Amino acid sequence: MPLTRRHLLAALPVLGAAGLGLGFIRMLHGLDRGQFDPRAINTPLTGQPVPDFPALSSLPGQAGLTREDFRTMTQPVLLSVWASWCLPCVEEIPFISQLAASLAAPQEGRDAPLALWGLCYRDQPASAARWLERAGQPFTRLGLDQDGQAAIEWGVTGVPEAFLIMPDPQVGGRIVWHGTDALTDAAYQTHVVPYLKAAP
Amino acid sequence: MRLAVALLLLLLVSPACLAVDTPDEMLPDPTLEREAQQIGQQLRCLVCQNESIEESSAPLARDLRHAVRQQLQQGRTAKEIRAWMVQRYGEFIRLRPAFSPATALLWLMPLLGLMVALFLTCRLWHRPAPPPAPLTPEERRTLDSLLKKD
Repeated sequence: MPLTRRHLLAALPVLGAAGLGLGFIRMLHGLDRGQFDPRAINTPLTGQPVPDFPALSSLPGQAGLTREDFRTMTQPVLLSVWASWCLPCVEEIPFISQLAASLAAPQEGRDAPLALWGLCYRDQPASAARWLERAGQPFTRLGLDQDGQAAIEWGVTGVPEAFLIMPDPQVGGRIVWHGTDALTDAAYQTHVVPYLKAAP
Repeated sequence: MRLAVALLLLLLVSPACLAVDTPDEMLPDPTLEREAQQIGQQLRCLVCQNESIEESSAPLARDLRHAVRQQLQQGRTAKEIRAWMVQRYGEFIRLRPAFSPATALLWLMPLLGLMVALFLTCRLWHRPAPPPAPLTPEERRTLDSLLKKD
């Protein structure tokens, strides 16, 4: 049977439907394996310089957090966004404390490879202070974002979230990773450690 | 009766249910406030994802509503405000996605459907209906006998 224009025309919708079907199958498989999440929060700041955000004060006796701190940073910074009223943060904090302790432990001939800073989102200073007391003061810098304006500049949609910032003298700190879930050892090993190993 | 008409009218003019929590969130200028609501209704609340920031009571939605109104008062356009939001939260914050290679099929689907429908209609319209098959001798006999009865 010779191939006519009619056959080609009839094949078009079939091919179109097959293409769509394959696309849907790939999407569903991605959903199953966790590679595709239609509800995932976008993280457009990944790869971008640290945003300009209003300077944040801290609790008495602790260093606050300003844009300038990221211009003068000399080692990678893990910025944890948290609040004392947030339940997932309760689950997250043991890992943060443990990480802080291991970073503070002396290592031969070099500084700790990572600084752990905190951004406290829409919280009361007294509750934040009690929380940090219980957690063993894990952060070397802490910004109190009481009106949530700094968090908007960082693209934070909820607590807890975390950012990994690498020193970059040209732009004054660059965000290389933005995690929108609680930080766990697994997430730390997957997303943070590779950058620390690659850093000079 | 008059009450019923009044209630019906009220129902017709009442805007979509909005979650502006306190009246002082609203702008004093009604035109600007209406524009703020239009912008906000097209921005996703990232906490309760199927609501717009105008409908949601989440603290983040309240902050973003405030940001929209503040920027409108500073004279920024709806386009600039949307770009400001997308820069921080990504395309996901737009309930009406922008036209891009990823959303082209979505936006063009009505047009595609219309074209397919037109094509099919034209084809079927111009095709002459096939003539009915001639009666078999048996059918002819049945018809004759039926006609004779009358």
